[in-house]
Amino acid sequence: MDGSMKEIGPIARHTISVIVDNEAGVLARVIGLFSGRGYNIESLTVAAVDTTGERSRITVVTSGTRMVIEQIKAQLDRLVPVHKVGDLTMEGAFVARDMALVKVSGTGEKRVEALRLADTFRARAVDASVNSFVFELTGSADKIDAFVELMSELGLVEVARTGAVALSRGPGGL
Amino acid sequence: MTATDTKAREKQATSEAPILSGAQMILRALRELGVEVVFGYPGGAVLPIYDEIFKQDDIRHILVRHEQAAVHAAEGYARATGKPGVVLVTSGPGATNAVTGLTDAMLDSIPIVCLTGQVARHLIGNDAFQEADTVGITRPCTKHNYLVKETADLPNVISEAFYVATNGRPGPVVIDLPKDVQIEKAPYVRTGYRSHRTYRPQVQCDEQAIRTAARLLAAAERPIIYSGGGVINAGPEASDLLAEFARITGFPVTSTLMGLGAYPASDKQFLGMLGMHGTWEANHAMHDCDVMLAIGARFDDRVTGRIDAFSPGSKKIQVDIDLSSINKNVPVDVPVIGDALNALTQLIAVWHEEKLGATQPSLGEWWKQIEHWRQKKCLSYEDSTEVIMPQKSLERLFALTKDRDPIISTEVGQHQMWAAQFLGFDKPNRWLTSGGLGTMGYGLPAAVGAQIAHPDRLVVDVSGEASFQMNLQELGTIAQYHLPVKIFIMNNEYMGMVRQWQDLSYDGRRSESYSESLPDFVKLAEAYGIKGMQVEDPADLDAAIQEMIDHDGPVLMDCRVAKLENCFPMVPAGAAHNEMLLPGDVVGKPKDDEALAVV
Ligand SMILES: Cc1ncc(C[n+]2csc(CCOP(=O)(O)OP(=O)(O)O)c2C)c(N)n1
Ligand SMILES: [Mg+2]
Repeated sequence: MDGSMKEIGPIARHTISVIVDNEAGVLARVIGLFSGRGYNIESLTVAAVDTTGERSRITVVTSGTRMVIEQIKAQLDRLVPVHKVGDLTMEGAFVARDMALVKVSGTGEKRVEALRLADTFRARAVDASVNSFVFELTGSADKIDAFVELMSELGLVEVARTGAVALSRGPGGL
Repeated sequence: MTATDTKAREKQATSEAPILSGAQMILRALRELGVEVVFGYPGGAVLPIYDEIFKQDDIRHILVRHEQAAVHAAEGYARATGKPGVVLVTSGPGATNAVTGLTDAMLDSIPIVCLTGQVARHLIGNDAFQEADTVGITRPCTKHNYLVKETADLPNVISEAFYVATNGRPGPVVIDLPKDVQIEKAPYVRTGYRSHRTYRPQVQCDEQAIRTAARLLAAAERPIIYSGGGVINAGPEASDLLAEFARITGFPVTSTLMGLGAYPASDKQFLGMLGMHGTWEANHAMHDCDVMLAIGARFDDRVTGRIDAFSPGSKKIQVDIDLSSINKNVPVDVPVIGDALNALTQLIAVWHEEKLGATQPSLGEWWKQIEHWRQKKCLSYEDSTEVIMPQKSLERLFALTKDRDPIISTEVGQHQMWAAQFLGFDKPNRWLTSGGLGTMGYGLPAAVGAQIAHPDRLVVDVSGEASFQMNLQELGTIAQYHLPVKIFIMNNEYMGMVRQWQDLSYDGRRSESYSESLPDFVKLAEAYGIKGMQVEDPADLDAAIQEMIDHDGPVLMDCRVAKLENCFPMVPAGAAHNEMLLPGDVVGKPKDDEALAVV
């Protein structure tokens, strides 16, 4: 609706960290919250992050106006198994990395060129056959996009990617 | 205590613990948590629990006639007592039938613990008989839910469920119980805590936020208190403090539909309900105020009307226990996170400590303006000697019952809005209505729940002929338990609220909104062994109402009211608070498609 306060203000991308109890259904709760309330998910990663496997960290990249981002954080925070919600974008500098596995097949010139480009991107070959490679690459989403784009001319077969994982810079933690 | 100490203790507790079946554990935990009543309906997946119910007398089971009604009855019980309502239903259709009730409790923040049966663990995921993914289905309509996979976990899961349902912003919690978990035996160890490892809602308000709020309020020339269901949820003491705060500040008070009764309706500082069918004075005062104190209210769209025109010139203070309610629809200047009881306690303390009363500007002009709005007499209507006007029926119901301090439930529609306008509540926990979800069929089972909690009180379900038919099977429950519930059907032969919208916004095309083929309500009541009455002549109204309330037992009253009366005042589609319609106003069609879509 025209006058909705929600649509006032610029839309910004935020990287949000959520520490949750590693219990059944917790991911479904978080994802259901986003779909049910019409929030964006640009990417989402999740894995247990302590030695006992009791806690998981969900990193979600989302976008919205200031009011929507505030809502997303408040809504996440009131889920019962959620411990902490941190907005890395608001809380200063942070590092974020995606990872991709990129399979390329080819021989001769193209194979050599793929290997050379992989080196420039600091991608590692984690599997090789006489006519293929699987490269492992980490970096920003942009960097991975650029690499995949280049490989598409050199025999790209398929790509598997994660969303971002992210931590704040400096000594503090969530 | 160190972690090893705790471990050692738990071990000891386990070795001494009685060995019980899951079903026995459930009954024992419920009893230890103070549960007196369970509203339920049996089935294959909960037979072990029903067998334990059979063997004991401490917890009373109320057999409803439909699982939706079990949840509404539990809601009515919770709303009328302040205690959590407890529900027990079977797997599959039992659980899915409960979903409307759970969603209703979710939207109105009612504490409910709902136990659902589930197929045995090894069958889960096999499309077994009466299997439904209950935790999946109820995830978005509960505050939290559990699938219990180990019998030994039961005592603590149940404790935790009650904690979650009743702490912070209350809500429904589902515990899904596989049948074999109910049968298996394990040591009964309830660690005693009624808490959750990490869920600790903030109830104490930030001191600085309270001071900022108090000073802002003290400087206000045109203040208003906008109070909601959160004040009721904070307990009767919060309502007392709301009245005290209003008294020491001299502020006018308006209330949401859910908040009625928190502030005494008979007090001269009360402006009535606000919102779509709120009073002229409440909505105008909200629109023109300079400082607004929202307390336990969430600025929902039925309250705000067109949001960009909602109280444009005011500074807004919002007290809420749920951070996600703040800045959701309307930007707020001073957010205060916390429980309404704490907020009011702290506000009053700061008011006295800083002697803010002495610095207040005179509110004389503001009250003069409010009196001027009151003079509109926005709830007036044209009475008739030919036919009972719906407003009249409620005015008389109120006049003839108010000395008995009744508990009133409603269904959804015009009758609900008229009830909110014409029945005054001076105390909390006497008004049971479905506000957030607007569930037709809520009122009858809610009245059952309230009457179970208060067997000697006068409980009236103000109903519409269409809504009544959505859960009329509960007449059976009323008959079985001899509940003296009075069902006051305001029969206008229309889904009146739908008909009103069609007349106002769709050129009077009354598509499917006529209540065709109505039953003979008197005979229907009699079929259940309940007293049935009908009244049609305005001259007989008082005597009929008197006979209804004097009858020692349930009564179903078919009160024939004017068929085409509209409910006013009304903030029409896409309009602002100060663009309210009164009876007799020429009603224009909504301004545009957008306006049509927001209602
Ligand atoms: C379960 C459900 N279905 C549909 C609606 C939409 N609805 C709102 S009011 C109403 C008509 C209610 O008619 P009645 O109970 O006779 O009350 P009246 O408005 O005539 O007083 C309808 C159909 C609803 N609120 N709930
Ligand atoms: Mg009707």
